[in-house]
Amino acid sequence: MRRGIALLAITGMTIAGLTACGSSESEKATDNTTASESQSSDAALTVWVDDNRKPAFEIAAKKYEEETGNKVELVVKENDQIRSEFAAQVPTGKGPDITFGAHDWLGEFVTNGIVAPIELGDKASEFSDIALQGFTYDGQTYGVPYAVENLAIIRNADLAKDPTPATFDEMIAAGKATGAPNPFMVQIGEKGDPFHMYPFESSFSGPVFKTDAEGNYTPELNLGGEKGEAFAKWLGEKATAGELSTAWTYDIVVEAFKKGEVPFILGGPWMLGDFEGMNVAVDPVPAAGDMPAAPFVGVQGGFISAKSENQLLATDFLVNYVGSEEVQDALYEAGQRTPALKASAAKIESDPVAAGFAKAGEAGLPMPALPQMGAVWGFWGGTETQIMGGSDPVETWNKMITDIENEIAKK
Amino acid sequence: MSQMIKPSKASLKRTARRTELSKRDSAATKWGTGFLIKLILMGIVNALGIFIIFTAFGVGSVTLGSLMIVLLVALDWVYFSRRTLALKYLAPGLVFLLVFQAFVIVYTAYIAFTNYGHQHTLDKQSAIESILLQNSSQRVENSPQYPLVIVEQGGELGFAVIDPDENVIKAGTASQQLTEVDGSFTGKKITEVNGYRIVPLSELGDRQNEVSQLRVALSNNPDEGAIGTQTGTVGYQFISSMTYDPDTDSMTDVATGTVYHANDDTGFFEADDGSTINVGWRVLVGFSNFAKGFGDSRYAQPFLQVLIWNVVFAFLSVVTTFLLGMALAIVLNDERLKGRKIYRTLLLLPYAFPSFMTAFLFAGLMNRSYGFFNQMLGVEVPWLTDPTMAKVSIILVNLWMGFPYMFLIVTGALQAIPGELTEAAKIDGASPFQAWRNVTLPQLMISLTPLLIASFAFNFNNFNLIYMLNGGGPRMDDASVPVGHTDILISMVYKIAGLTGEAAPNYGLAAAMSLVIFLIVGSVSLYSFKKSKSMEAM
Repeated sequence: MRRGIALLAITGMTIAGLTACGSSESEKATDNTTASESQSSDAALTVWVDDNRKPAFEIAAKKYEEETGNKVELVVKENDQIRSEFAAQVPTGKGPDITFGAHDWLGEFVTNGIVAPIELGDKASEFSDIALQGFTYDGQTYGVPYAVENLAIIRNADLAKDPTPATFDEMIAAGKATGAPNPFMVQIGEKGDPFHMYPFESSFSGPVFKTDAEGNYTPELNLGGEKGEAFAKWLGEKATAGELSTAWTYDIVVEAFKKGEVPFILGGPWMLGDFEGMNVAVDPVPAAGDMPAAPFVGVQGGFISAKSENQLLATDFLVNYVGSEEVQDALYEAGQRTPALKASAAKIESDPVAAGFAKAGEAGLPMPALPQMGAVWGFWGGTETQIMGGSDPVETWNKMITDIENEIAKK
Repeated sequence: MSQMIKPSKASLKRTARRTELSKRDSAATKWGTGFLIKLILMGIVNALGIFIIFTAFGVGSVTLGSLMIVLLVALDWVYFSRRTLALKYLAPGLVFLLVFQAFVIVYTAYIAFTNYGHQHTLDKQSAIESILLQNSSQRVENSPQYPLVIVEQGGELGFAVIDPDENVIKAGTASQQLTEVDGSFTGKKITEVNGYRIVPLSELGDRQNEVSQLRVALSNNPDEGAIGTQTGTVGYQFISSMTYDPDTDSMTDVATGTVYHANDDTGFFEADDGSTINVGWRVLVGFSNFAKGFGDSRYAQPFLQVLIWNVVFAFLSVVTTFLLGMALAIVLNDERLKGRKIYRTLLLLPYAFPSFMTAFLFAGLMNRSYGFFNQMLGVEVPWLTDPTMAKVSIILVNLWMGFPYMFLIVTGALQAIPGELTEAAKIDGASPFQAWRNVTLPQLMISLTPLLIASFAFNFNNFNLIYMLNGGGPRMDDASVPVGHTDILISMVYKIAGLTGEAAPNYGLAAAMSLVIFLIVGSVSLYSFKKSKSMEAM
């Protein structure tokens, strides 16, 4: 009898459970039919953006919703988590239809098979060359660029009235002449910051990887040799002289510039929000070696997930809405980054700050999107701090070259 | 030598009552309030379980679904059977243990034997789809672009385009190549196509993939490609540069004719000359992650150094926080002290701060030139940049974050020690130190040893502190991987497995090394618990 009750209970519950599931499924099915009957706005695009860029993309989304009747859902993500979350979630079939991010993620995304290619056709000619180059991998375009950004010298024009000189040493001299506590600052930190050191480094050794005839990177490292050693020695000397210091972090640099304690800093357009109301000028980066200083150019844009069920709509949204002049203008207003669309970029040429960044970026090459770049960053920064901390420059630098080459070969 | 003991009347009565009671139904199976409540609770559990099972099978996760069925049946059996009294109490704990501990460990162990990581994040089917997708849309060189609309004929989707050379409308479907049809267009927008219905983009919904995969042949010449579209408004002449043959499980590069065969040992499509297609898939690779993590000299060399520092760090963290916490607890346990509650509250403040915030703050305070400490002292102490000093700083910061916890538990334990014991020791002529050493400390250790072991295990993997304070720096000069002097095992794994975003991620390697760390911490804890059991017996 007791067993009977128990059995009955189990059967009853299982049936109840099954019916519950069954009904919810049939409900879903009805949902679908009604949706396809009314034949509109069934599809919704999920788009990942960071907090900073959300307002601008809302404009694109609104325009798109009005014209097509499809919904766009903007999901705000932390900037430094988008890359790894996208890489982790797309393979499981989750993740967004579109994510916004930087072009140097592209190599990883392509070799992991998580982004879909885009053919821009005639539209391609409307984007600046460097923006397109950034979003091209192995001759195929994978995304739509919307902005270009790079480092430049941000100058406190009240302290230093003349434009930044053409060489590093002249800039230090000009900075000292202003009487400010520090002539020049750049964020480095105890872990090193090869991205911010690179403009100076490139004036000694050129691109990180060797480039082919068309200017595309090959996976062969170009940091070593005499030129690389020359940069290493320069770095050691400047650290000893106190003209560069690993104690400088982003916050310290921005704070010092705000207080007028330093006339020249190396930074990007993302800093400008902190300097509102100041007399700021933007100049190209002075060379430390015998070549021009070429900062990395970063291209921002949208990628489409290879597993998206909405590839048609997502591509349409990126190419015809985010790539439109109106949206590109709005994006510039929101983030101060140079638009990738030539027509929008032309409008801001009269803005001296924007023009300054654009001029500084003219000599630059896009940051490498190769997956091999992953093996470089960690060693690069660490080695630079070691040299600045007093290790033998040539020896430490050459060890780094060997270590990176080993790391690349192991992959 | 057996001796008959005549049972007393009372004892007989008790036995009779016990037999009587055991015959009666327990609340577990009798209709009553208790049973009803149980029925409702189990109903919820079953509904949830069945939901999970359906979802699991729905997304194709057979293993998880089957496990859930076993678990659910077992739970129902436990709570509706009369013979499982002990299990009724243990089951919830066991379930949580399985879900939150065992599953994680088993899954990590599984990942450790795969090549999950850069170029191997997809399963094979997805990898094939991705490769085909990436190579499906090579535009024929110098071909024009076609203004396009999506059309339908008898339920079959097709394209209608404006031929830019002849300025006429052409339409076709997958089975019928493009042919000229009547229709009208204004500018670049097609408004009418005879014999077809124009399908607006918003109607496509679920059929989008059908459209993006649709190719409409231009002619019989395959070199001209076929019309395809990615936006639904513009068409191009696309050719696929890669084809997949499921019979031989191989990819063929159309342009060069190179055949890439699937290799299920490496998770790549490989050509005869050893070259591979970039996108691979996840396969089991046996012990190669362990071999790489512990056999590769680049990792093996710093491993021992990191392991030693890891043990020293965890041990010193426990000892220093415990000693400081205990000293403060003893002082504040003295009833003669006024305002003890305020002091005690103040001492808990560091504990109330999130640990990663504290670590971050200290990183700023300890900056060599601009930090508060050095500016206040007027010196340049290399708090975080000198290898030895960085280790000292880490212990100091951890002392700040960890002592309130020790202070709390020691205060609690102290109040459980009877005051008579110390008093008796004093009367016997013991000095205060002797009384502490021989009376208070042994009493404390009985109740606190398990907590100290827990603290050791926690600090052994104290990733927050190491990573947020100094990122494991300064870097080791002689290591060939980016590992620092203050890195502990878990932060080293995080770095060399590429989880920082500075290198290509290798989850398989990370899982393999984490498993080994788990074994180390597990055996240390096990050993200590055995030890502490012997202490309790004293």
